[in-house]
Amino acid sequence: MKEEIAVAIDDLTVAYNYKPVLWDIDLTIPKGVLMAIVGPNGAGKSTLIKAILGIIKPIAGSVTIFGKPYKNQRKLVAYVPQKGSVDWDFPTTALDVVLMGTYGSLGWIKRPGKTEKKAALEALEKVGMLPFKSRQISQLSGGQQQRIFLARALVQNAEIYFMDEPFQGVDATTEKAIINILKILRKAGKTVIVVHHDLQTVPEYFDWVTFLNVKKIATGPVSAIFNNENLIKTYGINYQVSVLE
Amino acid sequence: MTISEYIELLFNDYTLRTITLGTAILGAVCGMLGSFAVLRKQSLLGDAISHAALPGIAVAFLITGAKDSNTLLLGALISGLLGAFWIKSIITKTHLKSDTALGLILSLFFGVGMLLLTFIQKQPNANQAGLDKYLFGQAATLLEKDVWFMAIVTSVCLGVLLLFWKEFKLLLFDPDYTKTLGFNIKFLDTLITSFIVAAIILGLQTVGVVLMSAMLLAPAAAARQWTNSLAIMVALAATFGAFSGVIGTGISASYPNLSTGPVIVLVASVFVIVSFIFSPGRGLLFKEIRFRKNRNDLKLHKTLSFMYDIAKNHDDISHPHTVKILNNFQGYTKKSLHKLEKENLIVLIGSNWSLTEEGFFKAKNLYNQHIETND
Repeated sequence: MKEEIAVAIDDLTVAYNYKPVLWDIDLTIPKGVLMAIVGPNGAGKSTLIKAILGIIKPIAGSVTIFGKPYKNQRKLVAYVPQKGSVDWDFPTTALDVVLMGTYGSLGWIKRPGKTEKKAALEALEKVGMLPFKSRQISQLSGGQQQRIFLARALVQNAEIYFMDEPFQGVDATTEKAIINILKILRKAGKTVIVVHHDLQTVPEYFDWVTFLNVKKIATGPVSAIFNNENLIKTYGINYQVSVLE
Repeated sequence: MTISEYIELLFNDYTLRTITLGTAILGAVCGMLGSFAVLRKQSLLGDAISHAALPGIAVAFLITGAKDSNTLLLGALISGLLGAFWIKSIITKTHLKSDTALGLILSLFFGVGMLLLTFIQKQPNANQAGLDKYLFGQAATLLEKDVWFMAIVTSVCLGVLLLFWKEFKLLLFDPDYTKTLGFNIKFLDTLITSFIVAAIILGLQTVGVVLMSAMLLAPAAAARQWTNSLAIMVALAATFGAFSGVIGTGISASYPNLSTGPVIVLVASVFVIVSFIFSPGRGLLFKEIRFRKNRNDLKLHKTLSFMYDIAKNHDDISHPHTVKILNNFQGYTKKSLHKLEKENLIVLIGSNWSLTEEGFFKAKNLYNQHIETND
């Protein structure tokens, strides 16, 4: 087991109008893991990430990043939202979107300069999108848009990366490219947390996994807990209940 | 009156100059802020806010009894802001979608406003006449101090916009991400909304409650067609708005009985229509031209690659083949054969065709290209 804890979640509960979406989640994520969050639709996977990042306000519970509240640790955290959460017809270029990753460290009012632009170009290079830097973002394919989002997070140069379904709707080439980058991040000692849907690739891509279905079912190394028992606990029972209803 | 006479008049006539300046500034500020409303998908917010301003005007008149435009517009500002933030809280606190919330507030406030207006009109007070000008606006009532006020508000808007440009852009594109980076999106949102309300209130006297939202949306929608850069879009929208004001005022001043507000809105709509049709990237005309050209090119390419498939089986690539052989393939016409010949890709001799070397290599690479684009 690794010693240092990257993210510690304590009694986290989130509800939309009385219906709990996340119920009393206790979760510690060790530093340096590449972790998948898996669970059926509506299990609260995206909500968990959003609650950690303060996008959604939980009704109870606390989250710490390396021992301190998130709002003191923003610069250590990068976020890749779901691709569908923005309007890709927005009048801007690929490079411009990646530059947005530098806005957090710039703070209010200050504009990105040469250093930021250089960092953004490097990030574009890493995701193989440098030739498309001046493209209007609507003229990029879904996979390319996803890579742009990834580059925007890379430019934040964070310690912890949260990614909401980065593999959704991308082709095999892009999926390989993304997972390679994630593995490079892990090698560099970063912590990467990914909402993931494809159960088959979990053992191949990740070394840590959290099963989630409103409650936390299990969390730990893939080799130890990625088994039928937990899969049934997360997906099967819920499925049976919904059939019985 | 010719255009040059009109321009001369514009410089000499004090009233006309005031009104033209006023509508130009109004158009510019509306175009600028309208871009933000359009990109935030809050196009109807402007409509709701302008309608929500009406009861404010009526109440301000009832309380003060004055018809001074500053007092009435202060009332409009208060009820416009009330309407705007009411809409926002309905959206965040209930299950209602934004269009429902907008519709509700718009009709509620407008209904109350109309009720009060009719009530005021029944009062035995000579002063009441003319309040209904806020429905459709009356540019002729613009005074120099109104124009100064507009100019100041516009400068403040522009200054704040430039100052927080980076933050606004981020908020428009990706609000959740903006939040994770630590920016206070409530502050930014309140700032934008307040400016939009301010711009609308500025326009009530000139364009009126009913048509005001067009001043926000039309220049922005037109500008979006011409550019893929936010900065250029905002600048273009401001320019379109300003020209709508100037041209609209000119038209309405040149003919009797043409109300300025509606004419300005119509001119702005012309900008929209022209942009939708003629803009090079997104315009309908060029889209159609590109579509036809691509379709014709593809047809030619298909014919060419069919010829290539036949020719590649021969040692001599320029071995002549009869045109009849192409009958197996539907995509050729005399015209397309001649076009291929004109492009030096094939040679036609009598009823025979043969590929030129250029044609052969073009066809070969064509195939590779199609594979690559599919990747």
